[in-house]
This record gives sequence, structure tokens and C-alpha cells, in this order.
Amino acid sequence: MTLTMFVQHSLNALTLGSLYALIAIGYTMVYGILRLINFAHGDVFMLGAYFIFYAGALLHLPWMVGVVLAIILTSFCGVLVERAAYRPLRDAPRISALISSIGVSFFIENLAIVIFTGVPKPVVRPSWLVSIIKFHGVRILPLTIVVPLICLGLVAGLLFIVYKTKPGLAMRAISKDIETTRLMGVSVNKIISLTFGIGSALAAASGIMWALRYPQIQPLMGLIPGLKAFIAAVVGGIGSIHGAVIGGMLLGFVEIMIVAFFPALSGYKDAFAFILLIVILLLKPTGLMGEKIEEKV
Amino acid sequence: MKLRNVLLGVLLVMVMAGMAFSADVIKIGVYEPMTGQMAFGGQLTVDGIKLAQEQAPMVLGKKVELVIVDNKSDKVEAANAVKRLIEKEKVVAIIGSYGSSLSMAGGEVAEQAGIPVITDSATNPLVTQGKKYYFRMCFIDPYQGAAAATFAYNNMGSRKAALLLDVAQDYSVGLGKFFKESYSKLGGELIPDYKYQSGDQDFTAQLTDMISKGADFLFIPSYFAEGAIVIKQARELGFEGAIMGGDAMDNPDFVKIAGDAGEGFHFTTFPYAPEMPDMNPVAQKFTELWIAKFPDSPPNANSALGYDCYMFVRDMIEKAGTTDSEKLTEAFASAKDWPGVTGLTTINETHDAEKPVGIKAIKDGKQVYVASIQPEL
Repeated sequence: MTLTMFVQHSLNALTLGSLYALIAIGYTMVYGILRLINFAHGDVFMLGAYFIFYAGALLHLPWMVGVVLAIILTSFCGVLVERAAYRPLRDAPRISALISSIGVSFFIENLAIVIFTGVPKPVVRPSWLVSIIKFHGVRILPLTIVVPLICLGLVAGLLFIVYKTKPGLAMRAISKDIETTRLMGVSVNKIISLTFGIGSALAAASGIMWALRYPQIQPLMGLIPGLKAFIAAVVGGIGSIHGAVIGGMLLGFVEIMIVAFFPALSGYKDAFAFILLIVILLLKPTGLMGEKIEEKV
Repeated sequence: MKLRNVLLGVLLVMVMAGMAFSADVIKIGVYEPMTGQMAFGGQLTVDGIKLAQEQAPMVLGKKVELVIVDNKSDKVEAANAVKRLIEKEKVVAIIGSYGSSLSMAGGEVAEQAGIPVITDSATNPLVTQGKKYYFRMCFIDPYQGAAAATFAYNNMGSRKAALLLDVAQDYSVGLGKFFKESYSKLGGELIPDYKYQSGDQDFTAQLTDMISKGADFLFIPSYFAEGAIVIKQARELGFEGAIMGGDAMDNPDFVKIAGDAGEGFHFTTFPYAPEMPDMNPVAQKFTELWIAKFPDSPPNANSALGYDCYMFVRDMIEKAGTTDSEKLTEAFASAKDWPGVTGLTTINETHDAEKPVGIKAIKDGKQVYVASIQPEL
């Protein structure tokens, strides 16, 4: 393999990994606080992609306005899901909320099929994101650089919120002990809503970038990326933000490099993602970053 | 208790009325992917079927009722759909499905129940192989693969081809295999297959590797949902060779989705296109009807095959003079020179319809019908 090829593959992997990382963060945040695996997260991601599509195709909004609107609408949906499907089950056994999340996932998918129809839709991309730059034989879409950068920015912002602000402090407190946090006068419901809002906003950002990278969207598009991001979150250590980012990147690189170095195995790409999951669970059940002392948010 | 008796009586009358009513209807089942990654093809097919039913709503003096079930592009759902059509809806014949894997899943159920089925566009040979009750309105993949390989080698001058196969789809794997057989027989060199799974959206690793190996031609026997993205990513990564696909890439929305990257793309398809020269009279009528009903979206080969399937089933019920499944199956199997939109249809002993392969291309943002070819096997 030539250096040029390797760089090309690495760039592809970096972009894919960033997208997985952003979705994985949503899983990990909710799990960190509520010990709930929110299976509807992949579908919230899909909603983000559709909102940006309709903002452009139906409302003819300028690109940036559309992005902001899509993110706001998606977070609103995330908060709504929590209100309707998880909050009433807060004191029920954990398995009930898990099943509820599977129900929500099916509900959103089928609602999307009814509203958006099952036919995939083409996403129009701003031309500056897709005009190819050639650099020493490597072909770069500006998008491949922009996606990881935005991902980096969003993660930095998230870490700031979680570790440097009052709501962030409350989130971390809830993840340790809900009851005690409530006794301290923290409005637990508001903070949990905020967590879902932020998680869904990140999913929306990821959905938008996904739609730019793979410009064709359909109601079931959240299934596979959602599953992969879930693997990424577990591999990285579910509950840990750093872990989700590392897990997402690792998964992106494994998927691309398996095909790059062993093209004959390209049909088993997904199998390798799951093997990675099994190996990590066997060797380090808490995930790469899932130390007990790690603060869970 | 009186009230309950009255209610029961009312219910009984309703049930009887329902039975009397249903005796005047002949039900034809349809199972097609209306959602999911094959919805592109399934919806066009169903529109074609519905258009045909509007044209010929009666058979044997009874009204035809279409029972349409969405198989969600999913093999398990496809088997369930056929089960439901046969056991609950009691249909006399079934049309479907777009997608060879879906047809194969549904075929097992229909075979056990002994209900005749005709698929519009499932081209994998295994769909009808060894089946008594399964038929098809289209050609099979050995034929299509040979046509694609011949066209690639002779007309496009390709000498070193790469393939990207969807390993979850029998259609993709099968068509790819037949393409390779014909291509290497012609003397072309093949790069080992690249693979993916339905639903994947990132093909950059496979395509980057393919470009580095110096392929001058890429064959993608993919479904439309992935195919357009593959083409886009290949062009973004700098692939300059020709790209060709199979009948599953035939879709009026192609240009909209693939954009500039789709320019010069070729695909094999069924012998119908609204822009094809010298259409037969049935095809002309179909094209006019379609454009009158859907002025904004042009018809394609799938809608034509859907139309043909309905008309075929209706005509065969008429010919058999009964809805008895054995007699109807016989009528299907002995059909000869039945005139359809996609040409004269004769069902051969393997239950396939022998028809020429059409080649289409994208030129200046428009679909053009390049040629009809009858490949040598």
C-alpha cells in the first residue's frame, strides 16, 4: 500500500469515525445518567437528517439557518421522547425503560415512513463542501476535513458544559445518585431533559453531517449507524464521553482499514465491528475508558 | 340479554352480507417493497399494477380486488406477507416481488400452499428454479449478466473490471457471478470482488482500493438505494473508468439523486423505456395512460412490468375460466406470445419470460435508450 493510499484511507476513516463518535456520545450521556440504553437514539439521528432536508427542499431556508433549525427541532424531539416514554417509567425496573425505548424506536421509524414516505430522498449539498481538492495524489473533499473538525468542536463544547458549568455539575451528580442530588435542591427532571436535549442535538449534528457525506436519506437510515455507534459507546466504555469518542474513532478505523488491507474480507466488515465488541467485552468488560473511578455523565 | 341477542343477530347478518359480497370479488394479492431500501422499485411496480387494474377491473364477470401488502424490503416480512395473502385474504394469485431475495422468501410459502405467483422483476434464476407455482415476467440474470459483460467488453472497450457486490442480496451476488463468467470468457481481466451489505453507506475503502488496482470499469449489480451513492463516492475518489449497473438501477429519479456523478452511467434493463424508439402498441398505450395519470413522474421498466403482471394474471384467469389454482397455474405455464408492454411473453419450461435486454445510459442529465440486445449465452 502506498503512502498516498494510506492517507486517503485514513481520511475516510477519520470522517466515518467522527460521525460514529457523535452518535455514540448520545448513547453514553443517557446511559451515564439514567443507566438506560436509549435505542431510539438512532432514529432521532434520522430525524435530524430529515429536518435539514426539508429545511432546504421545502422551506428553501439558507443552509446555516436550516442547520440551526434542524438541531433545535431534533433536540425538541429528544426531550419529547424522554417526557412521553421514559419519565413515567423512571421508578420502574430498568428493563421496562429499555423496552419502552425499543417501542419508541419502532414508533419513530414507522411514523417517519408514513410522513416522509419510504422512498429515499436526495440531499442537496453546498458546493463548497464537495468541490474536490487534490493534494499530492490524495483527493480530499472539504467535507472529510470539516466533519472531524466540527466533531472536535462539539466534543470540546460538551466537555465544557459537563465539567465547567452548573448544569454539568448537576448531570455528574445525578449520574452518581439521583435521590441525593434531588435532596440538594437540583431539579432532576430539568437536568435529565437537558441531557436528552444535548444528546439529541449531537445526534442531529451527526445526522446532518451524515446526510452531507452520504447524500441520500430514508426513514430506516438510523438503524445501522445507531447500532454501530452503540458498539462504539460500549467499546469505549459506556457512560464515558472520552470513551465514546475513542470508541467511535476506533470503530471507523477498524471498518475502513479491514477493507483497505484485506479487500477480500470486505463483506465481513460488520462482523469485525462485532468481533471488536466481543473482544473488548472479554478483555475489559467496562470498555476502554470505563474505569470505575471515571466520572460518568 | 336481549340486547346481546340483537347485537349477535346484527353481527351475523353483517358476516353473511360480507360473505355474499366477497363472493362477487376475485382477489389478487400483491407483495412488494413499499418501504425500505427497495421502495424505489416496489412503489413504481405497484403504481403500474394499480394503473392496470383501473384499465381492466373485471374478470369472469366479477370485480378484481387488489390486496397490496408491504414486504418492507425484508425477507422475513416477505414470507409473512405471502402467508397473510394466502391464509387470511384467500387470494387466487399473487404478484411480486421486486427483489430476488424477497421473491425467494415468499416463494417457499406460496409453493407449499399451491398458489400461483408471478414476479415482475426478480431476475435471479433460483426464484423459479424447481418451483411449480412461481413464474416471472422478466428475463433471468445469466442472460442479463452476459448482455452487460458483452456491452462492457465490446462497446465500452473495458479490459480490467472490478465488481462491488451486495453480499446480502441474491440478486447482486448472482448477477455479479454471471457477469464475471461472460466477461472472462470474452478475455477480460477481473479484480477480486469487493463486497458490502445492504444498508451500508460508506464504500470509500473498497473504492479507494479498486482505483489503486487500476480498474477501467466498475460493475455494480446493486439496488438503487446504494448504487447512486456508490457512483457518487467513486467519482469523488477520482475513478475515471466507466460504471455500469443492472436492472435495479433503472429509476426515473436516477439523475436527481446521482447528479453530475451519474453522467455516462450505463445499465441493463427490461425492454421498455418511455423514450425508446419503435414501441409496440401495448407499450404506447401504457405510456399514454401513465403520463395522463402521473404527469410529473415518467414511467420505467418496473412500472411496465407491474402493469404487465396484472394484465397477465387477469388474462390467464379469463383463459382458465376459473380461479382454481391448479388450472390457473397451468394457464400461466402454457402462456405463449402474450402481448405485454415489455414485448411478447412466452413462459418457458423454467417459468421465465425470454425477452431481449435493454441498455440505457445517462447523457446530458437525461436517460437515453441505447440499444436492445439479445446476448449469446
